Amino acid sequence: MIKKVSPHPNQNELLLFEISSPGKRGYQLPPLDVPAVEAKQALGAANVRAEIEGFPEVSEVEAIRHFTRLSTWNYAIDLGLYPLGSCTMKYNPRINEAVARIEGLAWAHPYQPERLAQGAMEIMAALEHALAEITGMAAVTLQPAAGAHGELTGILMIRALLESRGNPRKKILVPDSAHGTNPATATIAGYTVQNVKSNERGMVDLDALPGLVTEDVAGLMVTNPNTVGVFEQDIRKICGLLHEKGAMVYMDGANMNALVGVSRPGDFGVDVMHLNLHKTFSTPHGGGGPGTGAVAVTRELKPFLPSPRLAKRDGEWTWNYDLPQSIGRVKAFYGNFGVLVRALAYIMAHGGNGLRQATLDALLNSNYIRALLEPYYELAYKAPSMHECVFSDSRQAKLGVRTGDIAKRLIDYGFHPYTVSFPLIVHGALMIEPTETESKRELDLFVDAMISIAKEAEEEPETVTSAPHTTRIKRVDEVLAARRPVLRWKPGQTNS
Amino acid sequence: MLEAIGLGAQEELVSYLPEDVLFRGKLSIENGKSEYEIVDYFRERGQACGSGYASFLGAGVYRHYRPVLVDTVVARGEFLTSYTPYQAEIAQGTLTSIFEFQTMICQLTGMDVANASMYDGSSAVPEAAMMAVRITSRDHILVAKTVHPEYRQVLATYTRFQGMPVETIAYTATGQLDLADLEAKLDETVAAVIVQTPNFFGVIEQIKEIAELTHRKGALLVASFTEAVALGLIEPPRDADIVVGELQSFAITPSYGGPHAGIIATKDQYVRQIPGRLVGETKDKDGKRAYCLTLATREQHIRREKATSNICTNQALIALMATVFMTVYGKAGLRELAEQNLAKAHYLASGLPRVFDGPFFNEFVARARGKDVAAINAELLEQGVIGGLDLGRFYPELENSMLLCATETARREDMDRVVAAFGGTQGKLGS
Repeated sequence: MIKKVSPHPNQNELLLFEISSPGKRGYQLPPLDVPAVEAKQALGAANVRAEIEGFPEVSEVEAIRHFTRLSTWNYAIDLGLYPLGSCTMKYNPRINEAVARIEGLAWAHPYQPERLAQGAMEIMAALEHALAEITGMAAVTLQPAAGAHGELTGILMIRALLESRGNPRKKILVPDSAHGTNPATATIAGYTVQNVKSNERGMVDLDALPGLVTEDVAGLMVTNPNTVGVFEQDIRKICGLLHEKGAMVYMDGANMNALVGVSRPGDFGVDVMHLNLHKTFSTPHGGGGPGTGAVAVTRELKPFLPSPRLAKRDGEWTWNYDLPQSIGRVKAFYGNFGVLVRALAYIMAHGGNGLRQATLDALLNSNYIRALLEPYYELAYKAPSMHECVFSDSRQAKLGVRTGDIAKRLIDYGFHPYTVSFPLIVHGALMIEPTETESKRELDLFVDAMISIAKEAEEEPETVTSAPHTTRIKRVDEVLAARRPVLRWKPGQTNS
Repeated sequence: MLEAIGLGAQEELVSYLPEDVLFRGKLSIENGKSEYEIVDYFRERGQACGSGYASFLGAGVYRHYRPVLVDTVVARGEFLTSYTPYQAEIAQGTLTSIFEFQTMICQLTGMDVANASMYDGSSAVPEAAMMAVRITSRDHILVAKTVHPEYRQVLATYTRFQGMPVETIAYTATGQLDLADLEAKLDETVAAVIVQTPNFFGVIEQIKEIAELTHRKGALLVASFTEAVALGLIEPPRDADIVVGELQSFAITPSYGGPHAGIIATKDQYVRQIPGRLVGETKDKDGKRAYCLTLATREQHIRREKATSNICTNQALIALMATVFMTVYGKAGLRELAEQNLAKAHYLASGLPRVFDGPFFNEFVARARGKDVAAINAELLEQGVIGGLDLGRFYPELENSMLLCATETARREDMDRVVAAFGGTQGKLGS
């Protein structure tokens, strides 16, 4: 039975370009207090465009209705559980939004005099300090704009360090369970990628690893807990193996929500790692960004951090550009400051103890779901789960129902699907991460829905395979979208 | 809940972790604070950041008015707290708005196709360079010295480790790229020529001429921008092959340098080499119009080490701000806004000695005479005005010059203060 949602009409809406009509406007500018300038005279006629062809022309009320109507077509954390594994879709506290909009912070220009930026610099310093403490590392950069950007920063630093020792080496080892960004990053950093097979417990195969770590290997990119939600039990040995051969260990911190306050990568041998502030530290995903991929490093890698670095001189914060070994800049200015403000507000609200409790609650929620669903779905690995649990669709697949179908059917039950078909090492994966911010009531509704779908798979599989049934649009034709790409609106050009 | 799992206490959830990885200490982070205390902390830090000043800083980050509708829309939880729209059936709001964004970016830039956004303008530059390298199978990059210095620094970081040699092209007395220097440095090894227009000095580049030289040698032209409002008025770089840029001017607060939103747009024939996410139109199984993420075979989660880029997260919410901004101003408004910027900057410039005589939009370089740039800025600060960017920081040869920007928010009396601080000099230097 579907308990969480009831059907409700939602508004249809055309594209902006289709509701446009010539001459409509939703803005008003004040009169100029200086003489007007003739553009063609000032810039030269060839430099002045005729008009922006096709650009929208709508009134203010049309604009607000347009975006409000569109918004109601989205699912969001504010509507309920968003159990995307590896994405850490936790509640986004609104206090974070409020403080990020404080005028002196939101309107600070990156080039305003340093003495007029002390508040912003102090916030960044406080966040660097907190993240270093949480990861057990020596130093942190807040410059990278997202997780993958942080990965690139980290791998470039490994490269720079090895280069300074005379040989950047050739290869990066990446477990087959890794996020796709890992191998893509290693390539962009100029390395070739060698895949490392996982063992039957979903972990890095410690028997195979020594043979792979040669003098050519610059480092290993490891996710811990890994993408099946399992802590790499031999992480210390793994780090030791790499270090013995002069190679480094990069940790993808996408799953740090399982470790905060419980275990620190800097203590178990990791050399460099990134943190997704838009996952672990609650800054909103916003439909796909912005994020921040803060990178934490050991003392050894510190000189290679991106430029500039915060420094204190005569009691005042300043930007230090005198960093001869730095890999350079990875982004203009200093980082996604607005995201950093939100992350620090989250850390302040929790405090050290609260952060640890949040971790334990995340583990509790995930293991609760695991325990209640285990009778109905095939657990991918028996190893203990941390903040997420991974099932496979093997029982349902025998009935012709796949993970993608179950995911779509969950939509009818009022939930966003879990992560589908990832990690790749689990055939037909269902990867579920509830996070700590969900109540037992919400988790029970989700478990009910999953059990109900498992029964449907047995009794009426076509209900599942043809889902969703209650959404404003039904399953979309992704093949058509890729075969005949229509990537922008043009009059008369359509795929429907 | 513990009972359902078969545990007696919550601590048992981590008891199986190896003894030698458990953190036994206590995080040295103060105890949790109330909402009131947190607001107070940040308000104090905000006050230590000089709010209330007039400012003539531009240089890649601009102070434009933000229509109220922008925050009204992005504060909606359905946009703010949703994930990347992989599940199209319950993400049509985000997908539709991105499709509109891609369309408007094409209309603005004169390109055929644009992606769903990049991290920012600076990181879009090396992404464009790598795209050109893939398309041309060449590896040299030429970049104009008039491209934002920090963008060039980001390019240097990316290219250094990939063995892509980068050379700089000089500028002339107009403040534009030196066509002769470009012609001399262009050869069959060059994958891309990267320029910015309006450039870092605020001057509009000669895109047609640059494109012709570039294409003659089989290289691609990458045109970048940092001041998106200019596109309301100036001819877009239609002759470029790839356009990248920064949308911060479109209702995105400066936020001490981020988050902002970058774009990348190109011609139809290069669509499969574009990095990042793309939204396409399709239909659902009832034939109804629908949108979904598409051409994912370029992307890291499918292609892994063979992907066009490692980009995953983009700037969706920030791109939505820009989308609402473009909608509110619309066709007529963006032009009027750009004309106001032009008028303000030209008013300010008319009272100051300009270094370059090329056509400029809302930024220009002024040289201090008989007075120190630092002294001028200090004097202005006393009056509640943040002056221009001291260019000696990035261009030693432009020592004692500053880059000034006047947007629609610049007030005449503040501009008069700037002119007075310079010593009230009238007329243009060297003319």
